Amino acid sequence: MTAVAEIMDYDEVLERFDPVLGLEVHVELSTDTKMFCGCPNFFGSDPNTQVCPVCLGMPGALPVVNGKAVESAIRIGLALNCEVAEQCRFARKNYFYPDMPKNFQTSQYDEPIVFEGHLDVVLDDGETFRVGIERAHMEEDTGKSLHVGGADGRIHGAEHSLLDYNRAGVPLIEIVTKPITGAGHRAPEVARAYVTALRDLLRSMHVSDVRMDQGSLRCDANVSLSPKGSGEFGTRTETKNVNSLRSVERAVRYEMRRHAAVLASGGEIVQETRHFDESTASTSSGRPKETAEDYRYFPEPDLVPIAPSQEWVEQLRTTLPELPWQRRRRVQQDWQLSDEELRDLVNAGALDLVAATVDAGASPAEARSWWVAYLSQQANERGVDLASLPITPEQVARVVELVGEGTLTHKLARQVVDGVLAGKGDPDEVVAAEGIEVVSDDSALQSAIDEALAAQPDVADKIRGGKVQAAGAIVGAVMKATQGQADAKRVRELVLASCGQE
Amino acid sequence: MTSTASGGDAELTGLSASELAAKISAGETSSEEVTRAHLDRIAAVDPEVHAFLHVDADGAVEAARGADEARSAGGAASPLAGVPLALKDVLTTSDMPTTCGSKMLEDWTSPYDSTVVQRLRAAGVVVLGKTNMDEFAMGSSTENSAYGPTRNPWDTDRVPGGSGGGSSAALAAFEAPLAIGTDTGGSIRQPAAVTGTVGVKPTYGGVSRHGLVAFSSSLDQAGPCGRTVLDAALLHEVIAGHDPMDATSIDAPVPRVTAAAREGAAGDLRGVRVGVVREFGGQGYQEGVQQSFRAAVDQLTELGAEVVEVSCPHFEHALSAYYLIAPSECSSNLARFDAMRYGLRVGDDGSRSTEEVMSLTREAGFGPEVKRRIMLGTYALSAGYYEAYYGQAQKVRTLVTRDFAAAFEQVDVLVSPTTPTTAFRIGERVEDPMAMYLADLCTIPSNLAGNASMSVPSGLSAEDGLPVGLQIMAPPMADDRLYRIGAAYETARDAATGGTLLDRVPRLEVAS
Amino acid sequence: MPTISRDEVAHLAGLARLAVTEAELDTFAGQLDDILDSVAKVNEVAAEDIPPTSHAVPLTNVFREDVVRPGLSREQALANAPATEENRFRVPRILSEEA
Ligand SMILES: [Mg+2]
Ligand SMILES: [Zn+2]
Repeated sequence: MTAVAEIMDYDEVLERFDPVLGLEVHVELSTDTKMFCGCPNFFGSDPNTQVCPVCLGMPGALPVVNGKAVESAIRIGLALNCEVAEQCRFARKNYFYPDMPKNFQTSQYDEPIVFEGHLDVVLDDGETFRVGIERAHMEEDTGKSLHVGGADGRIHGAEHSLLDYNRAGVPLIEIVTKPITGAGHRAPEVARAYVTALRDLLRSMHVSDVRMDQGSLRCDANVSLSPKGSGEFGTRTETKNVNSLRSVERAVRYEMRRHAAVLASGGEIVQETRHFDESTASTSSGRPKETAEDYRYFPEPDLVPIAPSQEWVEQLRTTLPELPWQRRRRVQQDWQLSDEELRDLVNAGALDLVAATVDAGASPAEARSWWVAYLSQQANERGVDLASLPITPEQVARVVELVGEGTLTHKLARQVVDGVLAGKGDPDEVVAAEGIEVVSDDSALQSAIDEALAAQPDVADKIRGGKVQAAGAIVGAVMKATQGQADAKRVRELVLASCGQE
Repeated sequence: MTSTASGGDAELTGLSASELAAKISAGETSSEEVTRAHLDRIAAVDPEVHAFLHVDADGAVEAARGADEARSAGGAASPLAGVPLALKDVLTTSDMPTTCGSKMLEDWTSPYDSTVVQRLRAAGVVVLGKTNMDEFAMGSSTENSAYGPTRNPWDTDRVPGGSGGGSSAALAAFEAPLAIGTDTGGSIRQPAAVTGTVGVKPTYGGVSRHGLVAFSSSLDQAGPCGRTVLDAALLHEVIAGHDPMDATSIDAPVPRVTAAAREGAAGDLRGVRVGVVREFGGQGYQEGVQQSFRAAVDQLTELGAEVVEVSCPHFEHALSAYYLIAPSECSSNLARFDAMRYGLRVGDDGSRSTEEVMSLTREAGFGPEVKRRIMLGTYALSAGYYEAYYGQAQKVRTLVTRDFAAAFEQVDVLVSPTTPTTAFRIGERVEDPMAMYLADLCTIPSNLAGNASMSVPSGLSAEDGLPVGLQIMAPPMADDRLYRIGAAYETARDAATGGTLLDRVPRLEVAS
Repeated sequence: MPTISRDEVAHLAGLARLAVTEAELDTFAGQLDDILDSVAKVNEVAAEDIPPTSHAVPLTNVFREDVVRPGLSREQALANAPATEENRFRVPRILSEEA
């Protein structure tokens, strides 16, 4: 394996090639139980404590389909504008691997439950890009391997492996796009935006935790290049282990540049699985399979077909929540946002949080300002998602309320928010504990004002002479002297009064 | 009833299950006494017959005492409470090993009971032990057991059929009055035929497969084995019925097979239309088998049945379709035996990889027939061959099912010999898989179509004095028809010969 | 008519994870040929328009409620394992990448 592959300058790639993407997203459903057995579907339990004869592939055990998982699959299909199969089946995908107890995966093959749909994806500049959905099908997850004795727990070089089957049999929906063409230089961005949009959609439907960091949403990115204008698809590679939205974009970009370099130098792209390395933002070749893939799919004889009736499908359609794009449109109207403001809100991942803050009593403008500005900045500094910040929309709403009451100044409000983020409790607790309150004692303020006026006699004269706008300098000095704890409005009033300007 | 059962209380081991149940229920004997009699009989004759892979004497006695206590406590007793039974070693039991006749599972004890076993226990049936079988139910002679062959009590140089040869031999040797078999291509009916016992493959979906170690999932079906049609019916009603643990289980009332057996025993088949399958007979069929079959058909006519000949043109291709479908499913079902989570592990010396250990284990743990079928199934499903083999076989399956449907528009049941020949000699067909496969020629169509089918003894073949079976086939969920006609025929046959067929089974040498 | 070569048998054995011996390669090649020869008739029997039957029972939509059922204890799960470590199934080093 070569250490670093040659890669081509991105702009040059686009001069010579058109990128074609295909994205396969695996989503773990957040059902109570597994796909084919009654074991709990819960992340993070002790190894091999959520298993039974079915998900351990024991002799004689039989699968029975989780009806809720089927409903989720159909609902996801409807949300993705798909057709629902009148009849479909499960199939067995046969291959040996120790994380798969039966040595076949019960999946769907030529009869997916939903197919032929699309998802409209909003790009960073607010433009919409339509991604075609080829199909979404149901299957089961595998167990987890822990590789012992090698470097960094990698499979390569390990001495042996340890298997935990808690995850084996967890319901998965695999969502496969049609080939995405015409994205041009925006292909990496489209890939990220698609996965983002899909994540938001699934989250709004409450069908999955969609945690890329925990593996409940996983993306495989297929990339190929077509010589500009040729219309011919090139050989594709499939990049796995892409564990964040940013990585999706970076992996696609890297593969485009690598393919281009290989093709430009007269080489051929090997159809293979590649692994994305977060630390270098590059991909590396997977170990070639010893035997050619031949999954020997055939209809799963332990299960009977699924034939969703029209009534069932229509009933499920009524259970769809307001979908993200419908919501965006409504919010834009309700909150009277410009396209740009809406875009910033969405890009910051703040829509849900702002909405919840508004629901808790804050004005849309105040709520938006907190989340998109100060809190986004805090999240960035900490390197976490906005939603993972340790502050709730209710807490933000309370801070807004305290400001509105005049109990806090904006500057003090930030101090309170910092206290909440530091785990010091609710806003009221922080206010109490830290003794944060607006200095509203006029006599205390008056002495600070007198000092400030004395320190800047020329400014004092200007004010006395009617130049009230000069009061700002004195107000600033007073605020500084009171360490921001004064109400600036009141200070100004007192300054003007002191200078005979009522 | 007279009996050849010695070594053990011959009076008890010679009785049918229904007779035993009646005696236990009346307090004339106890389940413990009956169970001990059968355990003694097993100890005496099984060294010769080798019907059992595992005998759970302690567990059986304990279960028998439980049945006796339940009886004396009064509650509603099930019709087979306290009666002992032999269980094919392909159904999981949490208190005994389940080997499936394979080295692969030599030391495996299931953490759960199969649904069939749960129902047997709930009905107070006493499980004596687990019976021998062709490895993973693949075979027609029980010679493919990793633990040595079972011998046919009629002639211990001959096979008892397979794959459930242990269960039917146990019945014919009076080691148990009841047994459970499983039938994927004839593994209940063919052994029943060649041991002179009764075996029923219920409608597919009629008996839960939960805990039945899968050979070919779309064909496997557990069913009752007994020495009489009534006994099979009683057992059928204990084990049948919907099970939410098996998605292919039919959620409908169990056909009233016991009532049908009792009704049939009255001997009146007027108004019943019987179709003789034209394609099953002639070349390749032993003369004595054909004679016995013709006599049985005559008997049915005498009982008032209207007998016609029916053509099922695709039945002759059923065997070919079966030998593509069953191995295909088996290649997938048996993939789980990989040395990772349970069962045999071979070659794990610290240097070998998982891939090597898997391959070495499967090579060492599976016998030749299992490997052959895995290879065949892997081939039939592989890229480029699927359509020509597996896909086509599934179409033939459609045609066979249509043949049945058309036939059942004309007749209530179909009949044929159960097997083309009587029991063959041990070793005779081991080297010739295709010759072995022919033993299931007549039984396979019912598995492909999923309908109900029975083998009932039709006497002995003139040239070798060995048992012959009459196969009766009914539409899906019309299992009761088998019992009505089977019981009517059985009663008439016994009346004609002045005793049951098994009265004539040779007295086995008693070990003690 | 199929003619299965030793190489093809070896390939099948690889797919099926069977470490077959050299002698078995020959035996299986011959036997698979015989069997496939005799079952090849299925090709002539069924016409294009015949739908395949994968299942004898005409059931659809058999579902389970999404309700937790007691499974196995960890001890039961691991009881039959050839090797365990840290409450997990211990297996030899894995060569191939996950699929
Ligand atoms: Mg998949
Ligand atoms: Zn489970």
